[in-house]
Amino acid sequence: MAKTRPNNTPKLALAVLASAPFAWLVYLIALEIAQPTSGLGPEPAEGLLHYLGEWSMIMLLVAFSITPVRRMFKQPLLARSRRMMGLFAFAYVALHLLAYIVLYVESSWQLLLEDFVERTYITAGIAGFCGLLVMAVTSTMGWRRRLGQNWLRLHKVIYLVVPLALLHLIWLRKDGFGDIALYILWFAILLGERVYQVRTSRSTAT
Amino acid sequence: MLIGKSPKIPTSEIISETTYLNRRKFMGQSAALIAGSSLLGSAQAGLQEDDEITPEDIVTQFNNFYEFGTDKSDPFENAHTLTTDPWTVNVSGEAKKTGDFAFEDIIKGMTAEERIYRFRCVEAWSMVVPWMGISLKKILEQFEPTGNAKYVEFKTLVRPEEMPGQSSFFSSIDWPYTEGLRMDEAYNPLSIMVTGVFGKELPNQNGAPWRLMVPWKYGFKSVKSIVSIRFTDKEPLNTWQQLQASEYGFYANVNPAVSHPRWSQASERRLPSTLFNTNRRPTLPFNGYAEEVAHLYKGMDLRKFF
Ligand code: HEM
Repeated sequence: MAKTRPNNTPKLALAVLASAPFAWLVYLIALEIAQPTSGLGPEPAEGLLHYLGEWSMIMLLVAFSITPVRRMFKQPLLARSRRMMGLFAFAYVALHLLAYIVLYVESSWQLLLEDFVERTYITAGIAGFCGLLVMAVTSTMGWRRRLGQNWLRLHKVIYLVVPLALLHLIWLRKDGFGDIALYILWFAILLGERVYQVRTSRSTAT
Repeated sequence: MLIGKSPKIPTSEIISETTYLNRRKFMGQSAALIAGSSLLGSAQAGLQEDDEITPEDIVTQFNNFYEFGTDKSDPFENAHTLTTDPWTVNVSGEAKKTGDFAFEDIIKGMTAEERIYRFRCVEAWSMVVPWMGISLKKILEQFEPTGNAKYVEFKTLVRPEEMPGQSSFFSSIDWPYTEGLRMDEAYNPLSIMVTGVFGKELPNQNGAPWRLMVPWKYGFKSVKSIVSIRFTDKEPLNTWQQLQASEYGFYANVNPAVSHPRWSQASERRLPSTLFNTNRRPTLPFNGYAEEVAHLYKGMDLRKFF
């Protein structure tokens, strides 16, 4: 079935899907500005922060799922989407961080510093963001060529970023752990698949 | 003009039929109605110059009541299923009159009076709410607590068929929701049992048919939909302390100087806020009620007993 002509449809479809939560958010913000509390509730800054946080987590896991899904469905076309989804995840996290700085602590450096140092869930979030930042910056072909084998090694930080994001979420939540359980299950399945891959490829190699 | 200087508390009069547009308007009207009485002082103790009553739809549609789910919109969405009639309250422990009582019988002959209180959640948001309530002291005294009663413990209804949060597999709360007060806190004139809000019956999502209101403490102390009152000589283990003792204590007095481990308590976001302005304001010791309650904690290290 596979043609030699590159098929951009899956990538395009994914891009549209991954943009949808952002488009919806723009709509909510428009509602909110037209009439306060109508789009994002009585605490719009908090509502926005939580919305972006949830989608950051989901996009991160989606990006992490691309490779296994590609393997499972023997769908090489998806390989071209991995970088894009990684950048989508980074964009949502960056917006989440921006919302936190501008709307939540209202650019008060004192509050920011206090949060960075004293709140472990913020520390975990920042560490996760830094990991993603490094990956996003080095995601270009130029950096890939320059780094060679080290590029693959560097991009293994995703194995740290996802647990850091999960820790961030576990530490900030007080009760009601349903969605967190789903995220952990999702991550565990993806990890399991990778362990399985490594094992089978090893045993076929020897 | 700063009101609320008078520590003299309640008479049984009630302010009724007030339009709750904002406090200034409200004060203009009620001050004319009850000028010179001590009621103004008690009904509005602790209110600050710029406190305005929070819009009714926010008070009744945005709150925490984990029995109905952990989102702040869940109580409004889910609480309509709760049946509050008949409502039986069990009274037990160190008191002469114990047993099962019908809710109507407990409050029979008592009139709810209006109290406009500041409400400060431990999550650092706050409101100003016109509750209708009855002095807690008056309610508790009818059970004739004995000398051994040092504390009073309250429990919320457990009824998973009507309270979806209670059957959630992903909640770590050990129901029933439990709270407690020292007897002298319970007998403080500010402590009331709320039966109404905005001049109407208390909606289910706000803790119908009755809930505690202790405005100098974080909101989680003000337990809702109460079915059990127990007098005891031991400090009750309240639900949030049981869940996370390093973050929530028994006293839970509003205190800007003691941060929650995960966020600062020095300021609060007054609802509603807008997207570009969180409406932050400094948090006051005892939520502005220091004059009325600080003496209860004389000599106590409030960093230790948080
Ligand atoms: C690795 C990337 C990150 C992910 C996947 C992530 C995800 C999340 C999620 C899922 C939530 C909870 C939403 C909810 O409970 O409804 C959240 C909340 C939050 N995040 Fe992040 N986050 C990340 C990084 C950060 C960073 C870098 C900061 C700031 C320095 C931050 C600050 C916050 C804050 C302040 C909250 C709300 C806490 C509260 O409710 O009090 N996050 N985040």
